[in-house]
Amino acid sequence: MSLDFDLIFERLPEILSAFWVTIWIWVVSNILAVFLGFGVATLRRYGPRWLDLLLRLLVEIIRGTPFLVQLFLLYFGGPFIGLSLDPIPAGLLGMTVYSTAYYSEIFRAGYNAIPPGHVEAAQCVGLTRGQIIRRILVPEMTMLVLPQCVNMAILMMKETAILSIITVPELTLVVGAIGSQQYAFVEAMFLLALFYWFLVELSGFLGRIAEAKLSKFRFAHS
Amino acid sequence: MTRPAVTVRDVHKSFGKTEVLKGIDLAVPSGSTTCILGPSGSGKSTLLRCIAFLEETTSGIIEIHGEPLGFADTGDGGRTRLPSSEIRKVRARIGMVFQQFNLWPHMTALGNVTEALVTVRKMKRKDANEIGEAQLARVGLSDRGHHYPAELSGGQQQRVAIARALALEPDILLFDEPTSSLDPELTGEVLNVMRELAGGGMTMIVVSHEIGFAASVGDKIVFLDEGKLLLDGPPSEIFATPRHPRLQQFMETYLDRGAATLL
Repeated sequence: MSLDFDLIFERLPEILSAFWVTIWIWVVSNILAVFLGFGVATLRRYGPRWLDLLLRLLVEIIRGTPFLVQLFLLYFGGPFIGLSLDPIPAGLLGMTVYSTAYYSEIFRAGYNAIPPGHVEAAQCVGLTRGQIIRRILVPEMTMLVLPQCVNMAILMMKETAILSIITVPELTLVVGAIGSQQYAFVEAMFLLALFYWFLVELSGFLGRIAEAKLSKFRFAHS
Repeated sequence: MTRPAVTVRDVHKSFGKTEVLKGIDLAVPSGSTTCILGPSGSGKSTLLRCIAFLEETTSGIIEIHGEPLGFADTGDGGRTRLPSSEIRKVRARIGMVFQQFNLWPHMTALGNVTEALVTVRKMKRKDANEIGEAQLARVGLSDRGHHYPAELSGGQQQRVAIARALALEPDILLFDEPTSSLDPELTGEVLNVMRELAGGGMTMIVVSHEIGFAASVGDKIVFLDEGKLLLDGPPSEIFATPRHPRLQQFMETYLDRGAATLL
């Protein structure tokens, strides 16, 4: 018995289209989640106390339950509360909500890691709160949290595989199905692993370039 | 007599149940250098931070050139909080230099110095850069404008921080232990800049452990102990022997830590 990858590559167009679905859902949900996560962390820091508690509860629930279960609830439970979504919108929403919770925690830690003196120095020269957030906190935080954000994005790349359970036509669903139909399941899974590894390495590479560009802004030591 | 640059009247400050300042009265004459000395925990940094409005006093009034900072006297013994626009206006006359420099790491030296000119004063980038370069030259760093803080030594960072404060042309400069996080070899360059500023007539309040600097540059020495102002006078008076026993004790422990045994 030997592996025969041709059985899989015969269906290349389907695989490429699934590859595309995986990538765009991953990119769009992560971009949305970075902005939403930043918003959540900022609201929790500067908003009223009740909002902080509410958002904290939501973040804890999302972080405290498996992504798989959340997706099931969203896709199969959604219709019970009038939220009937097709697989792709449901997957995109699920990915975005799940990663927003994690990104918000990364940004919250980032806010806390900025020395209070940097804000005081800004207050002393007359910057308003909005100017301090825009001009000081956001740029400083960006360079502090970039490595964690890259890490999070990589984790979420692999989480896209879970979208297959709600029939989003992404890589895992499509390649897995092809593997079953062609009686080449091991080949399919092996290729899948390679695909994800390639994507993860690619994003890691891009992340390292960004970090290198930002490294000159690293925190000064006295 | 001209109005003092800073007037502190019966200022109290508590953090929770701990009273750090227990009724401070102080007048800082315009164009003078006042050095605040005192042991750790005596409240000297807290007092300075209150004058910078980084801490809000629990009671009492602080005036900058006669204008109330943060809280105004209501006349019947109470006080009222002023609107934040009013606070920013009075505060704009004060510059602050921190122990930890607190430069913004994502901006160059020039960017740090010009940030408030562009963002707060709405100056054109070109005009702001002109001022920024002039201020960097004033602290001897005209060739470091395009360096990021991480690329500068501690002494250079602190001089950039001084230039950042000077760029806004404050009437009063506050220094919170400006040399305490520097290598001993780098304190000189910062103290020299401060000496020049004092010579140029800038009103300065300096919290520092540099007793030598205080004795030679200070027009006025203030000694705080346990939240109270124990001594207030010109250095010739304060350091003259016989000294106040508490000051004598402070200076002895200070020398113990240093090179006294080598002398």
